[in-house]
Amino acid sequence: MIIHLRNPRRNVEMAGPAPVHAILDRLDIHRDTVIVIADGTLVPGDTMLADSAEIEIRPVISGG
Amino acid sequence: MKCTVCKGPAVMDVRRHNAAFCSEHFLRLVHQQTQKAIDDFDMIRKGDRVLVAVSGGKDSLALWDILLKLGYETDGFIISLGIGEYSKESTQTAQQFAADRNLTLHVVDLPEEYGYDIPNGSKAARRTPCSACGLSKRHLIDKAAIDGGYDVVATGHNLDDEAAVLFGNTLRWNVDYLGRQRPVLPARGGFPKKVKPLVRLAEREMAAYCVLAGIDYIVEECPMADGNKHLGYKAALNAIEADSPGSKHAFFFEFLAKAAVRFEEATDGDDVPEGLGTCTQCGSPASGEVCAFCRLVELANRPIPVRIGKTKRLSESPS
Repeated sequence: MIIHLRNPRRNVEMAGPAPVHAILDRLDIHRDTVIVIADGTLVPGDTMLADSAEIEIRPVISGG
Repeated sequence: MKCTVCKGPAVMDVRRHNAAFCSEHFLRLVHQQTQKAIDDFDMIRKGDRVLVAVSGGKDSLALWDILLKLGYETDGFIISLGIGEYSKESTQTAQQFAADRNLTLHVVDLPEEYGYDIPNGSKAARRTPCSACGLSKRHLIDKAAIDGGYDVVATGHNLDDEAAVLFGNTLRWNVDYLGRQRPVLPARGGFPKKVKPLVRLAEREMAAYCVLAGIDYIVEECPMADGNKHLGYKAALNAIEADSPGSKHAFFFEFLAKAAVRFEEATDGDDVPEGLGTCTQCGSPASGEVCAFCRLVELANRPIPVRIGKTKRLSESPS
């Protein structure tokens, strides 16, 4: 699957299928600091994503 | 994962509530939590004119959207801070949000109207960018609210923001700040009433709300926020939250319930310094002759002196 990351913007490829929380763990990203959008839809942590999925991991933390 | 309410497919899990929600019930949860904060802390009364301080980011645009859906009378206010493309895109995003919904958005262009931007103004005033930005925002939002006759200013501070500020103030036992950290600051001494209706909602929930409600917002972090102390405090609190969901909520709301009053008593609960006068330049409340904002404007617009070093006589070239 193709994963779009931000800050800085970059793309990462990863083999699927895999659940969202496992993808975040492999990328060492804390789940409370992001939302995950798969094929245009918001997805919770236990969603199994196919190898063909395109996902965005969007940071939510701001300096305030 | 199933929606806790309707058992349909969930799109968002909220670990501190040990629950998950479909789109419809998540949006409803956000509206309910915002209304609860407004009611519990007497933030906004029906008929109040609300000025929403927006930045183009998720929290403030979500707040504006929620207040509209809850039936409040709102206008928006944004400051274009002069931080390169980031400020341009932020202002354009807020303007588009307002235009799409036929709303009134007041825009102040800091470089155009006050002659400085945050990168240069902070250097001239020897403040951090976040300090110069915060000072500028506070002053101009207060001014816009007073001048426009608004009853209340609403800001998009969420639970993560408030927990991080509380964490920082507790680490240093900043008693004065702890005595003022409330979701509502009443109108006083020339300052407007200020409220934070999103204090019951986490940062992640606000981002999810924007996606589900179809709100376009600036995702990129301010380029000047690098090294911001609050980002470090948020990281520390998120590490605690990972092992113990609900810790941030308990930290902030138990403080309000059990400890805030003790600090308010110690500081008289008044964030207006004694002997506050009026700025001779702009008429705003000021502790000295000139308010901090007018001092910042003056420093930022001061001509930069040209350094003149020792002159060197050019040696005559041998003929």
